[in-house]
Amino acid sequence: MAATEQLVYERPHSLSETPNSYCPGCTHGVAHHLIAEVLDEMNLRERTIGVAPVGCSVFAYNYFNMDFAEAAHGRAPAMATGLKRLQPGRIVFTYQGDGDLASIGMGEIVHAAGRGELITVIFINNANYGMTGGQMAPTTLPGQKTTSSPYGRDVETAGYPIRMAELLATLEGAAYVVRRSLHDPKNIRLAKKALHTAFEAQVRGLGFSMVELLSTCPTNWGLTPLEALKWLEQNMLPAFPLGDYKVSPSLAGTRP
Amino acid sequence: MPRELLKGNEAMAEAAIRVGLEAYFGYPITPQTEILEWMSRRMPELGRVFVQAESELGAVNMVYGAACTGARVMSSSSSPGVSLMMEGLSYIAGTELPVVLIDIMRGGPGLGNIAPSQGDYNQMVHGGGHGDYHPIVLAPATVQEAVDLTVEAFDLAEKYRNLVFVVADGNVGQIMEPAELPAMREVKRATPEWALTGAEGRERRFLSSIYIDPVYEEVTNKRLQERWLEIQQNEVRYREYYLEDADLVVIGFGTAGRIALTAVRAARAEGIRAGLLRPVALSPYPYAAIDELAKRASAFLVVEMNAGQMLEDVQRAVAGRVPVDFYGRMGGMVPFPDEILDEIRRVAREPRAQADPRVAWLKRLEKVLPH
Ligand SMILES: Cc1ncc(C[n+]2csc(CCOP(=O)(O)OP(=O)(O)O)c2C)c(N)n1
Ligand code: SF4
Repeated sequence: MAATEQLVYERPHSLSETPNSYCPGCTHGVAHHLIAEVLDEMNLRERTIGVAPVGCSVFAYNYFNMDFAEAAHGRAPAMATGLKRLQPGRIVFTYQGDGDLASIGMGEIVHAAGRGELITVIFINNANYGMTGGQMAPTTLPGQKTTSSPYGRDVETAGYPIRMAELLATLEGAAYVVRRSLHDPKNIRLAKKALHTAFEAQVRGLGFSMVELLSTCPTNWGLTPLEALKWLEQNMLPAFPLGDYKVSPSLAGTRP
Repeated sequence: MPRELLKGNEAMAEAAIRVGLEAYFGYPITPQTEILEWMSRRMPELGRVFVQAESELGAVNMVYGAACTGARVMSSSSSPGVSLMMEGLSYIAGTELPVVLIDIMRGGPGLGNIAPSQGDYNQMVHGGGHGDYHPIVLAPATVQEAVDLTVEAFDLAEKYRNLVFVVADGNVGQIMEPAELPAMREVKRATPEWALTGAEGRERRFLSSIYIDPVYEEVTNKRLQERWLEIQQNEVRYREYYLEDADLVVIGFGTAGRIALTAVRAARAEGIRAGLLRPVALSPYPYAAIDELAKRASAFLVVEMNAGQMLEDVQRAVAGRVPVDFYGRMGGMVPFPDEILDEIRRVAREPRAQADPRVAWLKRLEKVLPH
């Protein structure tokens, strides 16, 4: 009996053929896939313009199969503002790490949200600066050792982690601000739903949307991919509670 | 169009609007704020984009994003704000995007003051941002010229996919003079083949200033340099006054050039054979014209509202053949025609070859400054 072939998975059209350069076990790749699947499902690929950050995802423009711009470190929300204002019929999203968004780009992100800029931000929180070799980020946990906090983050001198989802949720311009995690299949599914809703908020012109994704950096954490997922679950979840911090009432009931 | 009494800043803003500006992004700073305010009223009225950014850093990066769509876009600021924009300007240069920026220069360094100055010459002409790139820099001396150069700035930016700065001192920004504005034109709406508009029915595009492989970064740099050579060949602009038989050549740009012209006329009335060369483009610089003058004049006097930033470009062109003297006021001070006339008389009396004319200039300045 001839076996019938059944297609169970194919590469999302929103991803290019270029192999990515992320380290093995890094959840940047997972985040890329989820975004691409959502854009495919919402049939938005040809209408979307992405903005890549400075960080490990600096080459995101190579990995996504759509128009892309590459911003200066932290400035993606401002660049996205310019793109969106001139192309109001297009979907514009930024993809940013925690050094990019919560440190050097703090001004740009807060004001983009404050203006209710119709952009979607995917925020990868991996508790350190990946690309430059694992220095302390604004999201580094108290006591966490990094290459620039070798004795562990000392809150007396280096302060406390900044919770971006909570902070931006206070702004009226924000329509949808949530935190999800990429450490297991269930959470990955929830993250995908959130990305869907975030793009939906933009399509419907409701305001600024951001999905913060807790992410791993096995290379700089000095852990195996599996240990890194565990570390995220045990240490980052308590510090960065998952949840919906702002959901515009108009989004009630939007689920893919 | 009829001539109207116009304030420099507002005239430049309206000129940009009339030649099809699609988006403006800026941040308040004296003495350029009238541009931002004019845009905030006019752009929405015309259904175009106006955003008051959170900072000049925000503004320049909004301009960067907006320029990626192939639209006519600009920003404006004054010296400290332009300093803050330097990161974005280097990125825009590296991405080869057409962008116009107006800098209404004020006294510095630091917070300085809000008085007219030409202290941004080096920052604007010789870079300021990192890497090898060359903006086109235009320097108006009157409101009419500010209007005309603003109009031209957009064409040049688009022709060369290059940064174009219109640098005026606070005087040109604030003065009111009769001038003629261009007629209202249609917004062009043509989309260049590199613009980001969404990959609908075509291959994806990306715009970036990153070339991680130095081999390709060098290729890009070579392209930028070749374009710069072309710009140098085509876009030198300067005005000549009484130079046919001039023995003493005064060189000044913007307001300093304009005041120097009054002084040159007074010197002529006294029988001194003085003339003026006023660079209208500071970049590319009129080296060749100055080289020619150095063959027949017996002395040069450079007049600036800074400590001799352009002086070094004149010295380069003259290359030691005849004395180059200097007179400048700094920190927001504007020279009077009489001061420049005194300098012209002095140089005409005894042209002196000096390694650095600024040494003696600082001494002479002591007489003018409060103690
Ligand atoms: C103005 C500027 N400052 C510093 C850098 C160096 N730099 C490159 S990536 C980076 C940190 C990126 O970390 P993050 O945003 O957390 O992203 P990740 O690499 O972890 O994904 C830094 C500091 C830069 N490129 N530009
Ligand atoms: S350094 Fe960290 S964040 Fe960057 S690709 Fe590697 S694992 Fe991912």
